[in-house]
Amino acid sequence: MTASATGSVRLTSFGRARVTLGLAGLVALLFVAVGLSLMVGANSLSPEVVVDVLRGGGSSEARYVVNELRVPRTVAGVIVGICLGVAGALIQAFTRNPLADPGILGVNAGAAFAVALGVGFFGLRTISSFVWLAFLGALMVTVAVYRIGSSGRGAADPIRLTLAGVSLGAVFSGITTGITLSNPDAFDSMRSWYAGSLLGRGFDVLIPVLPLAGIALISACSLAPGLNALALGEDIARAQGANVARIRVGVIVAVTVLAGTATALAGPVSFIGLMVPHVARWVFGVDQRVIMAVSVGLAPVILLFSDVLGRVLIAPAEVPVGIVTAFVGAPVLIALARRRKASTLS
Amino acid sequence: MTHMSVGDAVVVGYRCHVLRAGPYAIRFRTRSLVVAIVCVIAILSLGIVALGLGGYPLTPGAVVRTLLGGGTALDYTVVFGWRLSRVLAAIILGGFLATAGALFQTVTRNPLASPDILGLSNGAFTGMLLAVVFFSASWPVMALGAVVGGLLTASLIWSLSHRGGVQGFRLIVIGIGVAAILASTNTWMLLQVELETAMFASAWGAGTLNGVTTFPLIGALVCGLPLLTALMFVTPRLRQLDLGDDVATATGSRPVLVRSLALLIGVGLVSVATGVIGPVSFIALAAPQIARRLAGTPYLSPTLSALVGGLLLLASDVIAQHVLPVTLPVGVVTVSVGGLYLIVTLVQEIKRRA
Repeated sequence: MTASATGSVRLTSFGRARVTLGLAGLVALLFVAVGLSLMVGANSLSPEVVVDVLRGGGSSEARYVVNELRVPRTVAGVIVGICLGVAGALIQAFTRNPLADPGILGVNAGAAFAVALGVGFFGLRTISSFVWLAFLGALMVTVAVYRIGSSGRGAADPIRLTLAGVSLGAVFSGITTGITLSNPDAFDSMRSWYAGSLLGRGFDVLIPVLPLAGIALISACSLAPGLNALALGEDIARAQGANVARIRVGVIVAVTVLAGTATALAGPVSFIGLMVPHVARWVFGVDQRVIMAVSVGLAPVILLFSDVLGRVLIAPAEVPVGIVTAFVGAPVLIALARRRKASTLS
Repeated sequence: MTHMSVGDAVVVGYRCHVLRAGPYAIRFRTRSLVVAIVCVIAILSLGIVALGLGGYPLTPGAVVRTLLGGGTALDYTVVFGWRLSRVLAAIILGGFLATAGALFQTVTRNPLASPDILGLSNGAFTGMLLAVVFFSASWPVMALGAVVGGLLTASLIWSLSHRGGVQGFRLIVIGIGVAAILASTNTWMLLQVELETAMFASAWGAGTLNGVTTFPLIGALVCGLPLLTALMFVTPRLRQLDLGDDVATATGSRPVLVRSLALLIGVGLVSVATGVIGPVSFIALAAPQIARRLAGTPYLSPTLSALVGGLLLLASDVIAQHVLPVTLPVGVVTVSVGGLYLIVTLVQEIKRRA
């Protein structure tokens, strides 16, 4: 993400062909991932059976497995993946820090805190109640982080925001640990929530979050050209006519809603948001529009594959998707850091 | 301190007083000395208060009397038998952690770097969980598992980041990657074991002074003191590195060796502390920064950091045990206190700039 490398964002015809090919490949991969996610599990189904059910036929058992269990789970995976990928791309472009993940503004800590409060003091147990609590907690903590990080002069400074997110996150995570350690029920619920999972997220919780996430996604895409300008530095961006303050506020709002949606639905699955934009930048260059488009395709692919992997690793039991993604994502990050020029990323 | 002949002020570059006695000399800055004395007094007074707190309360006067050999037999048992090892453990191990933090931050030149960047706390927790799952939930087994886990993780991250010398940025990124895998492993293992075991392990994994007895404390001292002695020889050479690797090499230092030694000592100190009280976070991160701000030194002083660290862990333990409505592991308190401290520094910084 060096400024010199960002100087030209107009794609050459070769680069455009590469991006088009890459995106087409991703769409194909996404179809494969969705298909696998519908087929694989404790009760594996053949492709014919799945197609049959989707057309309205099939046995009642197959219909139940596909329509009630795997379709909602797959839809949840796609939504969470897209949200995390785009939020990660935004936050890395915004903080210009390759280590920033979507949780860095305190989203995960706030969501965990709210869920722990709900479980520990109000006896909530259902996933649908967790979703709203997590979303609310994420929003509130991010607003607090923004208030701390942008107090004083000028627009929110990315470094200050990062530090504010890290420190406020630490405070809340300490309190969360305190609550869970003094309440066995809360501890039991939280230890599975922390792992991050797509299990049992039905359409009753998926549909209400969709409109908000959709709006955030569209505004994120409209921010991409501005982020390209901002990569050249604040002054040049201003000279090019970009409204720096508006871009920053837009990024923070979009990241909060997207990461908040993802965390609310699946729990803290942070690694996807960290690694996908890196891979995109690595393969396709530094144009934010391309990074964002690739992230939209790549993140759900990795999330769905991780989820499918988690179902077969120790079948008939499952490994939660959040755990699998760290094992898939961390080696990529390490390989990235071992490259010769890793230090220039910052 | 083989470069004395050049003159301390030139090599070290900071104004200081020199106290000579024959062939020995001690350098000190007035403000650092004052901070050190204040810290010692605070540690002593808080320690005496802490010795008196609990189910069988004692006045500070009674504590001092007992410590000096007076008092009733019951007072003696309460102070020496029940409470002294815990208070001493807080002070000493807090000091170890803070010293290690000062070393890590100096070597990586990053104020946010703590032993965690070498995956020590996640690795220690993984090792401890494996020990609990496969062997038993007794202290020596858990401690051994934690120390082995931490050291293995540290060496893994170290060798992964080694490409013609270890460089701070790469170390941090690879540390984060390995830590993510370990954290996932830990979450997974906590899900697999019984709820009771998981809660017990999590409490220990947050870092706790509950159940610290004299024996492990003596063990920690036996392991830690040689490391601290070695540190006395490494610290001046670390300061030399502040001049930049080229100048340091030209003046006879060997940057790679010095850095490796410093990290090795840091890892050792953290492992010792982890073995006794579990992975307590934040002390290593914040104590050096607090010490630096108090004393106004341009570098991170291991000695002052140790004093502040001891005070911090002792205070956190008093809060965890006696101030909060529920008894919590001390590590939980240090995280929240640490976050608040970071926020305060941040807000102050913003005010200064505005």
